[in-house]
Amino acid sequence: MSTDRRGFFKNIAAAATLTAIPTAALAREKHKAPADAVGLLYDATKCIGCKACVVKCKEVNNLPADTDGYGGGLYDAPNSLNGTTKNVIQLYKNAGEESFVKKQCMHCIDPACVGACMLGALQKSKFGVVAYDPDKCVGCRYCQAVCPFNVPQFQWTKIAPRIVKCELCKDRLAEGEEPGCTEVCPRKAVIFGSYADLLDEAHKRLRENPGKYVPKVYGEHELGGTQVLYLSHIEFEKLGFRFSQQRSVPDLQQTVSHGIYKGFAGPVALYALLGAVMFRNRKKNPEEEKES
Amino acid sequence: MTASRTIAEQLQRAGVSRRNFITFCGKIMVAAPVGLALTNKLSPQAMAATIGKAKRPSVIWLEMQDCTGCTETLLRTSQPDLGTLILNIISLDYHETVMAAAGNDAEAALNDAMKANDGKYVLIVEGSIPTKDAGVYLTIGGKKGSEKLQEVADHAAAVIAIGSCASWGGVPSSTINPTGAVGVDSIIKNKPVVNIPGCPPNPYVLLGTVLEYATTGKVPKLDSLGRPLFAYDRTIHDHCPRRAHFDAGEFAAQFGDEAHSKGWCLYKLGCKGPVTHAPCSTRHFNEVVDCWPIGIGAPCAGCTEKDVAFTVPLFTTVDIKRPVPPDFYPEVTPEHRPVSPVATGVAGLVGGALVGAGFIASKKLNEGTSDEKPKE
Repeated sequence: MSTDRRGFFKNIAAAATLTAIPTAALAREKHKAPADAVGLLYDATKCIGCKACVVKCKEVNNLPADTDGYGGGLYDAPNSLNGTTKNVIQLYKNAGEESFVKKQCMHCIDPACVGACMLGALQKSKFGVVAYDPDKCVGCRYCQAVCPFNVPQFQWTKIAPRIVKCELCKDRLAEGEEPGCTEVCPRKAVIFGSYADLLDEAHKRLRENPGKYVPKVYGEHELGGTQVLYLSHIEFEKLGFRFSQQRSVPDLQQTVSHGIYKGFAGPVALYALLGAVMFRNRKKNPEEEKES
Repeated sequence: MTASRTIAEQLQRAGVSRRNFITFCGKIMVAAPVGLALTNKLSPQAMAATIGKAKRPSVIWLEMQDCTGCTETLLRTSQPDLGTLILNIISLDYHETVMAAAGNDAEAALNDAMKANDGKYVLIVEGSIPTKDAGVYLTIGGKKGSEKLQEVADHAAAVIAIGSCASWGGVPSSTINPTGAVGVDSIIKNKPVVNIPGCPPNPYVLLGTVLEYATTGKVPKLDSLGRPLFAYDRTIHDHCPRRAHFDAGEFAAQFGDEAHSKGWCLYKLGCKGPVTHAPCSTRHFNEVVDCWPIGIGAPCAGCTEKDVAFTVPLFTTVDIKRPVPPDFYPEVTPEHRPVSPVATGVAGLVGGALVGAGFIASKKLNEGTSDEKPKE
């Protein structure tokens, strides 16, 4: 496309006008789950730890076994999510309390990784799935650092590493199938459905079984809400969910960055400090010159 | 000839009870639950009805360089009726071990059997065929083994290689292979060959294959090594009764130790179950429960695999091709572990060294500038 001289000036003028007009920084609205959002509901009281979901996940995602762990090459025994594992079952066992817990991407409604990804390789896509586009990824691992659930994992052993994370079997979803893990779960401890239905189901279980569960649905409000919801009979902190704050990570980030610039206080303070240093040095230098 | 009778007629004549026959059908259904049109029935009675209507398949059984073990496994059943039953279901028209005739009479019997069912009989071959030194190591009726085999195979409807020797050479072909032993499919190129490897193979696999051919006129689907998929689609490991011990990490370390007597997994003793495709773990031998290598505490030798038995030493462990999760779990580890005092100390030392080095470097810089200035 060619731009003539007149058009070029027009564009410059438009850009200048836009820059000149002051716009108020809008307060960030709380993100809501997309209308077509789907998710998982994992009920720790139902899980028997059979790992059918772990096997199926590796199969549908064509992931190699992680044989570095226990057993010296005999087992696919990942300790946690890693470069070859998108889904794992862990065990909490302490003082008579026991629970299995399934770990995979939580598919946050307002994901930290999407906010942190500088090239948009991680995006909230169809069905609210946090999808990964390897072609846009530069391997900076900001997503790994920022994720409150420690989900995105890096292929440390590859020459051209990628990020490995659960994408809720998005290819299967596109074909109208459910994710691998929910398909094979023999006790329906993890179920697939629309986000709204799953939330209803979780609250129904809480209502109908008073005292059975910790009375909250983890992921309903935590970190801005997640499309993967959890029910459990022991505290979620013990299952490795360290955060119970309700604000999402991007929301917090914005508070910090906007806070610095509030009333232009941050820059003023910074330049005042720099000015003071310069002033002091200028005072110091003439004395030194006199001495020499 | 007796071959023209249906199986039901022959069984009636031989006085084999219907109950025995239905029990036998049930056993084949258990041994080959999927992959055969023959066993894809609702009940053993339905299967018995199908088999009963079929003509008895005429079988010619040739023995090459063999130990007769494959014949024994077919005929030596714990229930005496079953051997009779098998011999009435198939029409075993020529078999060197079980026939009374010898010499010229035996040769005549073979020629008669071939003429009577020309192009219709099933040829079963047991044992490997020597090829070294122009094949002089095996002569039957004045002919070389490979020539005899080719001659009988040319007039056969289907060729089945029973046992590892007939499938790809087996024991006689193990290094250094003094007779240049090869399997049937290295000699017979004009006919498809069904391999039923094993040392010995399970007789129900042979019967399933022969009866499938008798009732449908087709041989079952085969895998890349020519083995019928209905029997060789899964590994021993997949259905091993000791699998739970493998998943739990419970292994026998040596023969006769406590773990071995408890019936723990034999993998570390060299069990080839994880790489061996065979139906042994679901269909045991001689009609006796647990009568198979792993059942009696001996590791699987991998006899149905071309690259394992007689190639990999008996007590060498094999790689696990498809590792799956074990029977234990990773802990819910705290994602940020507390920093250990040692780590703090090391970090402090490194930090201190850096600060110190920086201080000295800046001092030297200052000295440098003060040195230069007097020169000006």
